[in-house]
Amino acid sequence: MKILVAVKRVIDYNVQIRVKDDGTGVVTDNVKMSTNPPDDNAIEEAVKIKESGKAKEIVAITIGEEKAQETVRKALAVGADRGIHVKTEGVIEPLAVSKILQKIVDKEKPDLVFMGKQAIDDDCNQTGQMLAALLNWPQATFASNINVKDKSLEVTREIDEGLETIEVNIPAIITCDLRLNEPRYASLPNIMKAKKKPLDQLTASDLGIDTKPRIEQIKVEEPPKRKAGIKVSSVAELVQKLKNEAKVI
Amino acid sequence: MSVLLIAEHNNKELKPFTLNAVTAASQIDQDLHIIVIGHNAGEVAKSASSIPLVKKVIHVDSPIYENFLAENFTPVIVQNSENYSHVVCSANTFGKNLMPRVAALLDTSQISDIIKVISSDTFLRPIYAGNAFATVKSNDSKKCVTIRPTSFDQAESSGGSAEIITSDSKDEYSASKFIKKEEVKSDRPELGTARIVISGGRGMQSGDNFKLITAVADKLNAAIGASRAAVDAGYITNDHQVGQTGKVVVPDLYIAVGISGAIQHLAGMKESKVIVAINKDGEAPIFSVADYGLEADLFEALPQFLEELNKLNTIQK
Repeated sequence: MKILVAVKRVIDYNVQIRVKDDGTGVVTDNVKMSTNPPDDNAIEEAVKIKESGKAKEIVAITIGEEKAQETVRKALAVGADRGIHVKTEGVIEPLAVSKILQKIVDKEKPDLVFMGKQAIDDDCNQTGQMLAALLNWPQATFASNINVKDKSLEVTREIDEGLETIEVNIPAIITCDLRLNEPRYASLPNIMKAKKKPLDQLTASDLGIDTKPRIEQIKVEEPPKRKAGIKVSSVAELVQKLKNEAKVI
Repeated sequence: MSVLLIAEHNNKELKPFTLNAVTAASQIDQDLHIIVIGHNAGEVAKSASSIPLVKKVIHVDSPIYENFLAENFTPVIVQNSENYSHVVCSANTFGKNLMPRVAALLDTSQISDIIKVISSDTFLRPIYAGNAFATVKSNDSKKCVTIRPTSFDQAESSGGSAEIITSDSKDEYSASKFIKKEEVKSDRPELGTARIVISGGRGMQSGDNFKLITAVADKLNAAIGASRAAVDAGYITNDHQVGQTGKVVVPDLYIAVGISGAIQHLAGMKESKVIVAINKDGEAPIFSVADYGLEADLFEALPQFLEELNKLNTIQK
């Protein structure tokens, strides 16, 4: 079995983002970037499946500017076998990403495609479902447990009401939840080895995909600030404030 | 222009968030139709038809729709979307799973999780876990939009009498199969719609200690929430998670107990009307969004809190 894992480079989840003064976006210069957190879970799951002997090859792919390669190198360092970087400039919407991935799937013919359920920058939560639609493959989104069977996967999904279990035939798209596993860290020797693993580079236009955005970003602004609150000194004072000042109890 | 709203339901009744989505959808355009796809869901279609803002109900019924698989829902939505300018749905796990599959087949760049309708093609949506708001305009001829339900009021649910038409089901998708759903049943108000929410974080130290939270929640008739750290640690089940990848809540009162206030958690609760933080670390980021902060050991503060509430004895259910 062959697994394709898609990873995205985003502003690190610990960074407090800042909106640009001119309203065109958020500040990304000199800001720490890393792999989108649930994409790390996607890589980890693929590596675990390979370690269990059920997969032979893991291909990691990213789409983005030159530096997006770092996320593929990280995936290679934790166990992916080779990498693909589709170079693009500017904003790439999930629809365009899924069209690029569709072309890669046509070429690579993986049995499974893994990715995070959502990127923490645009918070769209679309790419996996869109790719599944374009390929007419089953989709198991928000996966928190995966049981690999002969020709199918049994996947537990995190839904609003609790948990849902579905079975999807292979080939399938899986989008991973943060609780799926505990991503490992890359060891220094493996980071060194990853530098020697093959990484193919191509562009969206090589694949014949038009990545022009369909959505115009008119402005980006800070959300309204909350008024500064107060510290209370005791539980009794808290309850009194909630009752008489805020009037919520 | 006309809008097609995908109803979320359980084959017996409409999920309340559908009413919030109705409000948003009607702001896009008054010509609002609802599609109810399900199995033996006639009652749902009827209640959809009694929403005054709804002009028409499309009802599609087949056993293959019993469990709401996106793979089965998508073809019937795509087929019925032909005469609409917008296809919309709530941005909860139902809509998040379904809408992009529809959008891709319509070759539309979806706009996710809107919190405001500015015009029929322009919307406000949070990005970066709500740390920035983006105003975005769709240039696609057919628009697919998901709606953050807690950002819109619920529409009136009775008094209307829209026409109900039926539409044919499509073939079953054979490569995906529903196995089971483990729904957590509770007598408490639902987390997404509760007037008061009390949440515990890693500071609770164990699942057992959540009984301190439960006691206060009982008293206040509150829903119980949790930070991702508490869910990851196994203190409580995932359906309680509040945050960027959990639920977004906007109660009148949100009480965060033993929660430090990671960006991801704040994303799910900082629009609450009144926020209380109880934490022994005075530097915890949660205090920066709290209206009332109490720097205290939660194991002492929670029993005291309950005691003070008991003294008031005016809590309305």
